[in-house]
Amino acid sequence: MSLALIAALPFLGALTPAITQRFGRSISTLTVALFTALALALILQHLPAIMVGDTITTQINWLPSLGLNANFRLDGLSLLFAILILGIGLLIQAYACFYLDPSEPYARFLTYLMLFQGAMLGIVLCDNILLLLIFWELTSLSSFLLIGFWSHLPEARQGARMALATTGGGGLAMIAGLLILGQIAGGYDLSTILSQKAAIQASPLYLPALILILLGAFTKSAQFPFHFWLPHAMAAPTPVSAYLHSATMVKAGLFLLARLWPVLSGTPEWFWIVTCAGLITMAFAAKVAFYKDDLKAILAYSTVSHLGLITFLLGLGTKAAATAAIFHIICHATFKAALFMLAGIVEHATHTRDIRALGGLSRAMPITFGLATIATLSMAGIPPLNGFLSKEMMLEEAAHSAPLIIPILATLAALLSVAYSLRFLTFTFLGPTPAFTHAPHDPIPGLWLPPAILAGLVIAIGLAPMSLTAWLVDAAASATTGQPIHTHIALWHGLESPALWMSLAAVGGGIALLGLFPHLRQSWDASPKPQAKTIFDICLEGVTRGSEILTTWLHNGSLSRGLAIALLTILAVGSYAFQTAQSVPGSRALTRIELAPAAGFALLVAAALAAAALHRQRLLALLLVGIIGLILSAGFAYLSAPDLALTQITVEVVTVALMLLALNFLPKTAPNESPPLRRLRDAALAVTAGIATAALAYALMTRAPMFPPISGFHLAQSLPGAGGHNAVNTIIVDFRGYDTFGEIIVLGIAALLIFALAESLLATKWSIRPRPHKGDLGDPHPIMLQTATRLMLPMAMLVGTYLFLRGHNQPGGGFVAGLVFAIGFVTQYVASGQDWASSRRRIPYHALIGGGVLIASATGIGSFFAGRPFLTSNFTHLHLPPLQDFELATAALFDLGVFFCVVGAVMLTLDSVARLAQPQPAKE
Amino acid sequence: MEMLIAIAIGTLTASGLYLMLRARTFPVILGLSLLSYAVNLFLFVSGRILLNAPPILGDATEYTDPLPQALVLTAIVISFAMTAVLVIMALGAYLVSGHDRIDTEDQP
Repeated sequence: MSLALIAALPFLGALTPAITQRFGRSISTLTVALFTALALALILQHLPAIMVGDTITTQINWLPSLGLNANFRLDGLSLLFAILILGIGLLIQAYACFYLDPSEPYARFLTYLMLFQGAMLGIVLCDNILLLLIFWELTSLSSFLLIGFWSHLPEARQGARMALATTGGGGLAMIAGLLILGQIAGGYDLSTILSQKAAIQASPLYLPALILILLGAFTKSAQFPFHFWLPHAMAAPTPVSAYLHSATMVKAGLFLLARLWPVLSGTPEWFWIVTCAGLITMAFAAKVAFYKDDLKAILAYSTVSHLGLITFLLGLGTKAAATAAIFHIICHATFKAALFMLAGIVEHATHTRDIRALGGLSRAMPITFGLATIATLSMAGIPPLNGFLSKEMMLEEAAHSAPLIIPILATLAALLSVAYSLRFLTFTFLGPTPAFTHAPHDPIPGLWLPPAILAGLVIAIGLAPMSLTAWLVDAAASATTGQPIHTHIALWHGLESPALWMSLAAVGGGIALLGLFPHLRQSWDASPKPQAKTIFDICLEGVTRGSEILTTWLHNGSLSRGLAIALLTILAVGSYAFQTAQSVPGSRALTRIELAPAAGFALLVAAALAAAALHRQRLLALLLVGIIGLILSAGFAYLSAPDLALTQITVEVVTVALMLLALNFLPKTAPNESPPLRRLRDAALAVTAGIATAALAYALMTRAPMFPPISGFHLAQSLPGAGGHNAVNTIIVDFRGYDTFGEIIVLGIAALLIFALAESLLATKWSIRPRPHKGDLGDPHPIMLQTATRLMLPMAMLVGTYLFLRGHNQPGGGFVAGLVFAIGFVTQYVASGQDWASSRRRIPYHALIGGGVLIASATGIGSFFAGRPFLTSNFTHLHLPPLQDFELATAALFDLGVFFCVVGAVMLTLDSVARLAQPQPAKE
Repeated sequence: MEMLIAIAIGTLTASGLYLMLRARTFPVILGLSLLSYAVNLFLFVSGRILLNAPPILGDATEYTDPLPQALVLTAIVISFAMTAVLVIMALGAYLVSGHDRIDTEDQP
């Protein structure tokens, strides 16, 4: 089955708890487990192919020109992680079913968990790094939701925010890094990138890309100094800690390091940065874990330490080290997930996680004790458990690395690891039993079985590593390094192996350290410890305040101020572009200036300036704007755009009618309230912008187009393709019909919005009542005007129909026709009043808008029946004897939809505004 | 002619922006109308100027660019709708709050 579908399975599963929650927890859990198990089975189905070194891919090219492809791949490394994610996922689902309190919103929890599972599976299965980024951020988001699941707890909310800020911030850096990487490699598919090692490492951008990618990986995998979020994420319910924060999500950073290992590793930069970060994290976190008192905090720091171990191994850059890293990923996932689940069991039984209040549980909870012993000893690296095997491999690699500080630090970390592991085990289960409020006892099998399965694996892998895991390690390590690897894992390497002696030193030193614990504890308590949370909070506070200051400075709520700043920015950017860009001299011949257009131009400029200067006399300003519109339509006619001229003049009429209506309410004059300085500032800004626009327009008009315009196609195809002589109309209703379809919908929505606003306005209390007319205008509905408009209406409709019908071949069309009809109706309103006009209206305007859109849609859908895409046009010519040759085009039907929509929208708009003038019913 | 059109665009832009920077609703609406004119004209002349060559196919050898015209045609109609939305919002603000200032910082 396609890998894309496998990656989608957990997301589909995430939808089910909403439906299945009414059937109880078991059914909900079983349903999501079914999706997880199905995904696991489908992954394993590819196992034989992976074993022989194949890579399974699924290609979905979405935007290949941008490198945006939904490509998936499954190789050994992805297989290993997929098994971890889905396998441990199944155990966690079973555990969570019994762990969460019955009062808690379990369905929501399952949904978040499956969301995470899908995101994590997406990371390891995708082949495109841009897609990987999306899944990467999704894991951060789902982790945020899961850490904050107990949102009533402040530490849960704070921990969730901290985790999101850290991993999300690292993710942002990683986006930049991966984009650079894709640019260098010439593609965003891993298959492309992985083959470009030489080009990537030779690029001057290698180091920036490396640092940015490592920032993402280190924040995700909690490497020093970004480790601080992981202990705070322990506020999450324990199943989440076991799943996300030990077994899977925190390994996403390691996965990325392993994934990009073939192209990024092997350079000194890689070696020093990655090895140092890993080594420091490994030793430092082990030391902190030793002194922690909270069971989950010990495990959290231990996780950080082990993640550091794997990072360190990947940083070494050798094949053997990478193999050891892969093996330790498996081992750590098994014992650490088990330990988290056991910690949860202890907390359930004793209602505390504080190791100082625990002890002697081995008698009351023998099963838990047994399982914990296995997992803890594995964590400490005691033979014959699997943790021993991978720790040996790590020490072996460290022993062969220079400088000497590397093996020393590695041994020290192993020593501390033994110490905290033993402390965890002995302080919890051995020693005197404190007085518990409830008698602790072993939990129901549902809770201990999942960790028991993992503990079984811990022993089995330790005893038979070759038959149980070597195949998986081989496949994953081969996929990581890009070279065939056949590893040999064994318990005994002989006395000459340095790892054996380092291991012995670690165990002995660890036990000794535990004996010294009370003394060491005192000096630890006395030493200063910088609190990561405090530092983080201070940084966050600073950033918040900084952005607040910037935002208030840029945008203090004043519209004029915001506009002025935006304008200034545009001018600055524009002038920078103008000064730096190259341009060709204008070569186009200028058009001759004739007298009449020049006079129109002078009138337009004068009217525009006067409108700005006299705007406080609003009626006059409106009149001036109307003049500008009229000159503009004449100008369009002169400049070979008859369609535009018709549209402009008709729109002008309805616009002026609308503005007059508005002025009916608004004050007719305005006080002079802007201080002269502010007016000067505004004028300076406006004039500068005007000059810049004029210069740009002049430069544009005097130069020939750089590229041939696509309208050559439209002109050539207008007649044969669309059957119309009017190229503008064929573009609107045919070539770019989809645009027009969207536009009439926007128009309809705007009209409905205005209607809704008017409705709500009529229902609210006004603080101002428009003054009723005092009769100074004489008769509101003069009989001469009424009679004239009655005669006008049929003529307007005739003209409109004519314009509509000829639109395909001559200037006209649905837009213009609709506007002409609307003008005819508006004049009735003006002359006879709204009551008179409304009572004679048969069809509601809403219906006109809806009908128009429906006609247009039906025309578009109609082309489906001919097996063509939406809005494909067709036309034919008819010859009816008494008439001339007659064209039937589906585009005309579409234009009819446009026509109805325009009539309805314009009329609904004006009608809604006019309704405000109706006497308002008395309200308090 | 190009020079005159460029100056017309510049003047419309300047007047429009000046009006949009005023503190009352009505001039802002007028300013937006003027700016729309300027933008529409600018888009239109991006097809360059050609006199007596409307894109109505016939015997002529040369036609102006029809594409900017088609775009501007719908833009003109849409700007009417946009202006109307602004008008109703301005009216609502005026009728409910009792003044027509666009910034309400001095109001509670």
